[in-house]
Amino acid sequence: MTLFEVMDILNARLLVGRKLLNTEVKTAFSADLLSDVLAYARPGSVLLTGLTNPQVVRTASVLDIAAIILVRGKIPPAETLRLAEELGVPMMATHYILFESSGRLYSRGMVGCIQKVGNDEIMAL
Amino acid sequence: MSLICEASFPVRGGDFKDAGKVAVQIKATLKKLGIDPEILRRAAIAAYESEVNIISYARLGKIHLQVDPDRILMNVEDEGPGIEDIELAMRPGYSTASDLIRELGFGAGMGLVNIKHCADEFEITSMVDQGTKLRILIHVPDG
Repeated sequence: MTLFEVMDILNARLLVGRKLLNTEVKTAFSADLLSDVLAYARPGSVLLTGLTNPQVVRTASVLDIAAIILVRGKIPPAETLRLAEELGVPMMATHYILFESSGRLYSRGMVGCIQKVGNDEIMAL
Repeated sequence: MSLICEASFPVRGGDFKDAGKVAVQIKATLKKLGIDPEILRRAAIAAYESEVNIISYARLGKIHLQVDPDRILMNVEDEGPGIEDIELAMRPGYSTASDLIRELGFGAGMGLVNIKHCADEFEITSMVDQGTKLRILIHVPDG
C-alpha cells in the first residue's frame, strides 16, 4: 500500500512529507524502544511509535524508514518536526493506540518487517 | 591501499539532546562516498549505538571513522567508568541504563549486541575507571 493509503486507514494527519505519499510500503515495525527499532527494523518499513523526541527521526533516518507514524494522539515538539523536514522523513499522527494502529494496517495486508526474533536472543538469557 | 576518507567525531557524555547527531553525520559522510545503502546502513546503526553508549555512560569520547576502498573501520573510544564484566554487558537485555536514557527510548540492553551484529569484525576492550574501546570493521564488497 502507499503512505497515502496508510494515512487513510489510520485516519492520520500528515505532519511532514507531502511529496512522498506515493511511496509504497509493505512492512512495519511497532515499538516505543528505539534500541529495539535499531536492532530489528528493516529499511523501507513504516515505524509506529509513541515516542516524539528528535531521536525517533534520527533513528528512522539512519535505518531508511519510509515513514514515522506517531500513535496515541501524540503531538511532536517543533524540534522533531524541523528535523523530520531536514532529514526528509515523512511523519504522520493518528489517535489510534499502537495495538489498534498495527492491527488496522495488518488487516489490510501490511506485515511485520520481521515475524519474531531469532532463538539466540532468548536462549542467551 | 588508498584511504578514501578519515574523520573523527567527538561525542560528549550526558549530551542526550543531541543523541544520534553523529550517526546521521557519519551516514551522510558514507553516502557521499557512494557506499552501498545496506553497508552504510549497518555502519550508521553501529555508530548510533556507539554514540548512545558514550552519551549514556562516559564523560567524553569519539568515533574515529576510516574508510578504505574495501572496508569501513570505526574506532570508538571513551573516557568513562569502563565495563567490569564484558560478557555480561554483551548479553541481550542486560543494561545498567539510567531513567534518563530510558526516557529517550534507549537502554534496552541491545546496544553492544546490535553493534556486533552489524559488524564483520568486532572487538571490545575495557579498563575499569578508564574507559572502553570498540573496533568495528565492516567489509565493503567490490570496493
